[in-house]
Amino acid sequence: MTSTVDGQLPGVALPKSELLEMYRLMVLIRRFEEVAAEQYALGKIAGFLHLYIGEEAVAVGAIRAMDPEDHLVTHYRDHGYALALGLDPRRCMAELFGKATGLVGGRGGSMHFADASKHFWGGYAIVAGLLPIAAGLGLASKYLNQRRVAVAIFGDGATNNGAFHEALNFAALWKLPVLFLCENNQYGMGTAVQYASAVREMYRKACAYDIPAEQVDGQDVIAVYEATKRALDHCRSGNGPYFLEALTYRYRGHSMADPETYRSKEEVEEWRRHRDPITRLREQLLTHNVATIEELAALDRAVEEAVAEAVRFADESPDPDPATLTQFVYADPITVS
Amino acid sequence: MAREITYRDALREALREEMYRDERVFLMGEDIGAYGGSYAVTRGFLQEFGPERVRDTPIAELGIVGLGVGAAIGGLRPVVELMTINFSLLAMDQIVNHLAKIYYMFNGQFTAPVVVRTVEGFGQLAATHSQFFENYFAYVPGLRVVAPAVPKDAKGFLKAAVRGNDPVIFIEHSLIYRNRGEVPDGEDFVLPLEGAEVRREGQDVTIVSWLRGYYLALGAAEELARAGIECEVIDLRVLRPLDVETIVRSVQKTNRLVIVEEGWKSFGVGAEIAAAVQERALDYLDAPILRVASVEVPMPYARNLERLVVPNKDRVIEAVREVLYQRLPAPLTR
Ligand SMILES: Cc1ncc(C[n+]2csc(CCOP(=O)(O)OP(=O)(O)O)c2C)c(N)n1
Ligand SMILES: [Mg+2]
Repeated sequence: MTSTVDGQLPGVALPKSELLEMYRLMVLIRRFEEVAAEQYALGKIAGFLHLYIGEEAVAVGAIRAMDPEDHLVTHYRDHGYALALGLDPRRCMAELFGKATGLVGGRGGSMHFADASKHFWGGYAIVAGLLPIAAGLGLASKYLNQRRVAVAIFGDGATNNGAFHEALNFAALWKLPVLFLCENNQYGMGTAVQYASAVREMYRKACAYDIPAEQVDGQDVIAVYEATKRALDHCRSGNGPYFLEALTYRYRGHSMADPETYRSKEEVEEWRRHRDPITRLREQLLTHNVATIEELAALDRAVEEAVAEAVRFADESPDPDPATLTQFVYADPITVS
Repeated sequence: MAREITYRDALREALREEMYRDERVFLMGEDIGAYGGSYAVTRGFLQEFGPERVRDTPIAELGIVGLGVGAAIGGLRPVVELMTINFSLLAMDQIVNHLAKIYYMFNGQFTAPVVVRTVEGFGQLAATHSQFFENYFAYVPGLRVVAPAVPKDAKGFLKAAVRGNDPVIFIEHSLIYRNRGEVPDGEDFVLPLEGAEVRREGQDVTIVSWLRGYYLALGAAEELARAGIECEVIDLRVLRPLDVETIVRSVQKTNRLVIVEEGWKSFGVGAEIAAAVQERALDYLDAPILRVASVEVPMPYARNLERLVVPNKDRVIEAVREVLYQRLPAPLTR
């Protein structure tokens, strides 16, 4: 096969620069997390660390399709979204290390990345809790006559929760510009979808609220990008919410403590070997002569350095100042005691 | 200048004025529009402000508060209503795990200034519709919890809550909506969301309460005054942040404290007040701190039984006499 237009994939309108950026971001997320896992083993990172490895195409495809003004709220598996948004890997790593220079000053850790300047209103750790918040962001956008769409990222497990259904009903009832993007990675912790959900395909749940919905291959970054673009256009044009289900898979355990008794090694291997999103894009880029091996290797090296630098930065950063412990409980002053 | 208006009208004025002042202020809740509000606080608002700003919602308490959180982050000033405090339990995750955490957990990057209005009370509504849960909220750092007893506070607090940058749980009481009181004129009458107030001075016993309990305390104080006992009555007004200082100052004078609360006694607001006061003023106390609270049963429907559960004026008087060691000894035989 050869490419029809130089520097492009057949049937894909994206320029080479964008394709390479998608590649770079996916590699960055993967390397960042592999190194985070190592740092966890070294005791530099503690608590819950939910890795996104295997699912990178969803975050990258979705974020690259969004407008800078769009709102974003995610669940706790949020590193991929922060990095795809272009947040500084050093500040992301510092947050995992619980340092003052972290994205949220060491107050949130892995599950609570946020950056208000990017309208990334945070990672939330109560399953499904972010969904009504996303609907509220959509309400604000509509109320203020903005063109922003609120994008909500959540897992298959969240769709079985009441908050999910309340949020979908509100969003549809009031025609709010909300994109519900469900990452169906086949499991909620150790419970496979078929043991938790009466409906195996998440997108079918949207029909109860008359929300248009579709399923997309979450291992194909371009497919995710294109589907997200279409979905955002729908929301932005005043048609109300949209539901997108990305079929994906996490290679690592749910968090670092996962004994992985609920699935076979073969199953994981199968996805790694045949459905890896990075390998897939890489092969596409090479097969269609969009990029050379050297170009990709240069990106890989740059990522490697950026991640090493992130660890260095996190390591050398100071702990949060104990004097700030009680700061930011209230925004307005309190004088009584 | 001031006018005498009802507690309900004080709330209505506050909401109307803030909605005219700031277009970002909107209301959202069950039956607040077409129905006019379960307690008629928002009657006529739908006609006046339209359905964008007075939003009838599905019966979905978690969603109501959660949409409020998102709307606030997105730049609006939501005043959400939970029909009664009993239903707030369904919204607890959004209130405790989200609303209260946003500012701190994300390192002060943004706030979620949501006002959650809700109401407690009783009136032969049985076990699930007659509960007092202010302690559930007052427990949580990050929330401000106000419980105004008088129209002036109702108005000043609600306006301040709408204008402020913190989440506020605004607790009303169904049995005091018709109470009247003076409210200062002027659209910029706002009150700081903190501080207890000594509303009646006395040197013999301090009684602390809030919402309807405050009126019981006042009634008891008036009756006791006729017997020569002068009570100092403190209206707590705000549960978080708790103004311990004002109570301690009073106890340093009276050396005796009675707390009147409508909730169950165990693990209640009164327990917190008693603990905080003894930490700072143990040496000033001449008697144990007493709590007048609800009997610890699910609320029964029957009128006579319900009356036995909730505090009343006589029980307050009895407690005051007890801390003064004036209680008649119990008869030895039946
Ligand atoms: C309300 C609630 N219940 C339970 C948990 C514990 N928990 C954390 S993640 C998780 C699984 C969620 O699965 P899913 O939504 O599919 O997301 P995934 O982790 O697969 O990305 C559970 C049960 C929680 N955080 N919140
Ligand atoms: Mg899952």
